[in-house]
Amino acid sequence: MTTITENSVPVSGRSTSDEMVAFAIMALLLASIPFTGIYPYFVMQALCFALFACAFNLLIGYSGLLSFGHAMFLGTAGYATAHALKVWGVSPELGIIIGVVAAAALSVVTGLIAIRRQGIYFAMITLALSQLLYFIYLQTPFTHGEDGIQGIPQGMLFGVLDLSNSTVLYYFILTVFLLGFLLIYRAINSPFGEVLKSIRENEQRAISLGYKTDQYKLLAFILSGTLAGLAGALKVFVAQNASLTDVHWTMSGEVVLMTLVGGLGTVFGPVIGAFVIIAMQQYLAGFGQWVTVIQGVIFVICVLTFRRGVIGEIAHYFKRSL
Amino acid sequence: MAALYAQLLVGLINGSFYALLSLGLAVIFGMLNIINFAHGALYMMGAFAAYFLLYYLGVNYWYALIMAPVIVGGIGILLERTMLQWLTGLDHLYGLLLTFGLALVIQGLFQNYFGSSGLPYAIPSILQGTVDLGFMYLPIYRAWVVVFSLIVCLLTWYLIERTRLGANLRAATENPTLVRAFGINVPRMITLTYGLGVGLAALAGVLSAPINQVRPLMGADLIIVVFAVVVIGGMGSIMGSIVTGFTLGVIEGLTKYFYPEASNTVVFVLMVLVLLVKPTGLTGKAA
Repeated sequence: MTTITENSVPVSGRSTSDEMVAFAIMALLLASIPFTGIYPYFVMQALCFALFACAFNLLIGYSGLLSFGHAMFLGTAGYATAHALKVWGVSPELGIIIGVVAAAALSVVTGLIAIRRQGIYFAMITLALSQLLYFIYLQTPFTHGEDGIQGIPQGMLFGVLDLSNSTVLYYFILTVFLLGFLLIYRAINSPFGEVLKSIRENEQRAISLGYKTDQYKLLAFILSGTLAGLAGALKVFVAQNASLTDVHWTMSGEVVLMTLVGGLGTVFGPVIGAFVIIAMQQYLAGFGQWVTVIQGVIFVICVLTFRRGVIGEIAHYFKRSL
Repeated sequence: MAALYAQLLVGLINGSFYALLSLGLAVIFGMLNIINFAHGALYMMGAFAAYFLLYYLGVNYWYALIMAPVIVGGIGILLERTMLQWLTGLDHLYGLLLTFGLALVIQGLFQNYFGSSGLPYAIPSILQGTVDLGFMYLPIYRAWVVVFSLIVCLLTWYLIERTRLGANLRAATENPTLVRAFGINVPRMITLTYGLGVGLAALAGVLSAPINQVRPLMGADLIIVVFAVVVIGGMGSIMGSIVTGFTLGVIEGLTKYFYPEASNTVVFVLMVLVLLVKPTGLTGKAA
């Protein structure tokens, strides 16, 4: 049986310098966005989803675990940050920390339950857990049900940076995104990341080598969930609301799609995937449910003919790992 | 007390749908190694097929009960031949992703043409009305759904566990290469199995049309509950799927009576408890 990531085998040895060059190009391109006249809110939204997809990819791409409920971390952190900012009136940095801690706590609990099964069952369990949480959020008063938490103040970061200024907000989002990206990059290239990859390739062998694979999988799950939470907390500052959409299973499906389009198990794939899907949603916003249909069609095409994704295909062509 | 019996009946009906759908999922997973995410969408198509047959072609409920599963099952066979068969040998998860995509396409298309509101489907005249049982009034159609689903479930069990065809099917699940060496056409069997599983989903759709209204998203949330049912019961045994499906339906019904706030989460909570106590599911083998 082949593993889920066809991008797993390094084609000509790992070359971290390629990846650092690509990272520098990406950072420069993104930093120049405010000077190009591109609508900054679109890019900020895409960056939040890019971080979300990178966090998701850490799990599927490097440990082979498909979570079909990752929206629960995005949405939970979003609600926690939104509630802290609006009701408790905390500062932006504290609001983000509260959101991230909420997502981390949730990922510990759900991780302990979900890693008891593997493969297809893992996907179904995470989906069911996120649906459980969806119904809880639908009923608890603090989320304001169908309306969501709206009109969230953006506030002054560290007491000096005004986040209601879109340029300031943009560079803040970009900085956090790049830091998150580097953290994930560091994790997958650490000894910890190597063990994860060995579990993905052959869990039995990893166990026989003496690794407590359940602990590694749990740690990867917590890291992934926590970073997804960071994306959710950031998104609150861009959208200025937190709603049930972010906890719904369609959102979990979207992050799978973003990662699949960009390339499962590639470093930059999820970023590209997030921009492609968000751009598509933006352009097709007026066409009702056709967005859903097209997303479905992309899923089908990707699985049938394009399993490496955009970045995976490029990396394969140049025999590089990206 | 009447309210309790009414909720028990609702629970039994939901249990019938859980049983029919999880049964199909288990049979399909056994042969194709795919968790069919499109199962909810195909259930919805079953209900729409019955609706079209009645209001456009004047075909009544009883014929729809046979024709809708055959039509939707045929569509399923087409999907298997054109797409799913190419996933043989790949990771299970690709099957989940592909069928998730198919579910989005199907549900999106139906939403475009029919919106999100429900279309009514009339109960056939012979099954209208209620019977006075002394302690409650029993709506005939609802009783019919429970009894008929149970019969279909048991027939499917008999087909798979007690007939020659079923024996071949079970053998092909264990070792397809060896079964092919005996001259049995395994790929055709896989296709027909998918058709059977989809047909069962469509049948559940027809049964539910007069109760739940015909809506494009009627299967979207249901399939997630059915996934939880499958995790609880495990996919190892046919009878296990049937018993788990009905039992969870009843538990959900009881919850609606005693603690309505938890009625749409109780199945997921039970899933968590089962995973903590017996991770392989109640009847399942390690996977």
